[in-house]
Amino acid sequence: MIALLIRDLRLAFRAGGGFGLGLAFFLLVAVLVPLGVGPEGATLAKIAPGILWVGALLACLLSLDRIFALDFEDGSLDLLATSPIPLEGVVAIKALAHWVVTGLALTLVAPVLAVLMNLPVDGYLWLVVSLAAGTPALSVIGAFGAALTVGVKRGGLLLSLLVLPLYVPTLIFGAEVVKRGALGLQVGTPLLLLAGITAGSLALLPFAAAAAIRVNLR
Amino acid sequence: MIPDLGKYATAVLGSYAASILLILLLVALSVLRGRRVKRQLAEVEARQGKTNV
Amino acid sequence: MSIWEYANPKKFMQTSAWALPWLTGLSVLCLIAGLIWGFFFTPDDYKQGSTVKIIYLHVPSAMMAINAWVMMLVASLIWLVRRHHVSALAARAAAPIGLTFTAIALVTGALWGQPMWGTWWAWDPRLTSFLILALFYLGYIALWQAIDDPDTAADLTSVLCMVGSVFALLSRYAVNFWNQGLHQGASLSLDKEENVSDVFWFPLLVCIAGFVLLFVTLVLMRTRTEIRARRLQALLARERLA
Repeated sequence: MIALLIRDLRLAFRAGGGFGLGLAFFLLVAVLVPLGVGPEGATLAKIAPGILWVGALLACLLSLDRIFALDFEDGSLDLLATSPIPLEGVVAIKALAHWVVTGLALTLVAPVLAVLMNLPVDGYLWLVVSLAAGTPALSVIGAFGAALTVGVKRGGLLLSLLVLPLYVPTLIFGAEVVKRGALGLQVGTPLLLLAGITAGSLALLPFAAAAAIRVNLR
Repeated sequence: MIPDLGKYATAVLGSYAASILLILLLVALSVLRGRRVKRQLAEVEARQGKTNV
Repeated sequence: MSIWEYANPKKFMQTSAWALPWLTGLSVLCLIAGLIWGFFFTPDDYKQGSTVKIIYLHVPSAMMAINAWVMMLVASLIWLVRRHHVSALAARAAAPIGLTFTAIALVTGALWGQPMWGTWWAWDPRLTSFLILALFYLGYIALWQAIDDPDTAADLTSVLCMVGSVFALLSRYAVNFWNQGLHQGASLSLDKEENVSDVFWFPLLVCIAGFVLLFVTLVLMRTRTEIRARRLQALLARERLA
């Protein structure tokens, strides 16, 4: 399983692997939004939690179709499905690889972008915490969507349509954590709910995704 | 005939108009597709009926 | 004489053939009767004025928008467990109907809210939840269309329906949480929170019955079309190979 993880990570970090793409997109969002809504600090501070979360979400979306599609096309997915590792484990590992390359990277870079968005000082910690807690859910939900659409040619748009509604609870609670944290309020409830969604997704979605892959490999 | 809706006339009449329109659209599309598929199936079955059992 | 006999496509086609005219007639009757009663023969609400008349469209369509998804969920489960093709096709048939009802709920909800809130759209938790539901419907329909093999499509859309149901519920709670401070107590729902007096309640019941019957009629009609389309696809494939 570790070998699979290392292999996927190596593939992702290579040129054309999509690693920088997500980060660049995240940066773009943080630059374009102020250009669009105006430089007034108070406005930016108010929308910063939501914009940063939406940016992270969209950036995760970008590299989702790579999770299974490449292996599907060259037959590696068939091999993985028949290997001793359970397919659910394969899904989990691939989601983990995706998270390291996107979610984790975004979480670490987010404070820098928060500066651009004029996020209040109190919000920085909660930005990182909420992204750390929420982005694994984005990866595993995305993996489920990728499993559904792995056989669809150029299914990127369909993938987005399927996955974005599934992202709504994570987005709402994640942004809420940052919003409340920035105002100095209690963040316990949304944070707990956010973590709960992530935990539930990590526990259950690999099974759903594996089922979808088996169907697609038939 | 139409009851006095007062200042809410647009809202109420708009709702009824939009809803009825959407329902009619759904029914029309469903019926048209149904007829088209039925016709195509009959054609293909007649064609195959001559060559297969 | 179990309900599973209708899982047989032939039996389903036979039974739906004679049931459909009755159901069509009944649903048209109930809808027209209910809407005319509600529109012409009910008083205005002391708080909401004549906009209360929108209830006869908004409540039934919102109920059916949810019920259609639940039916799809049940049909998807039956497909996954018992592999009855009619069930999978019925789920596929129901989706556009559910989407239309969701659209009606959204439009009537927005129009009802406009005089109350002064904007054409308000991010009220109920309306927002239905907007998200509409997205779930769109995704489900799109996935059916994107997959060529019918059994694969049935399997994948069934899994999507199941996962989607969980997340739709989560979204409902999340959206309530998200909108807590706003419009508290002034939401659109006239049905449960307040005591709906009989003069509104009875025409509403007729309208709800009309919408339910409309749903059943359209699902049966569309499922018949799906069964024929599936057979057509198979025959055309046979022709191509021959």
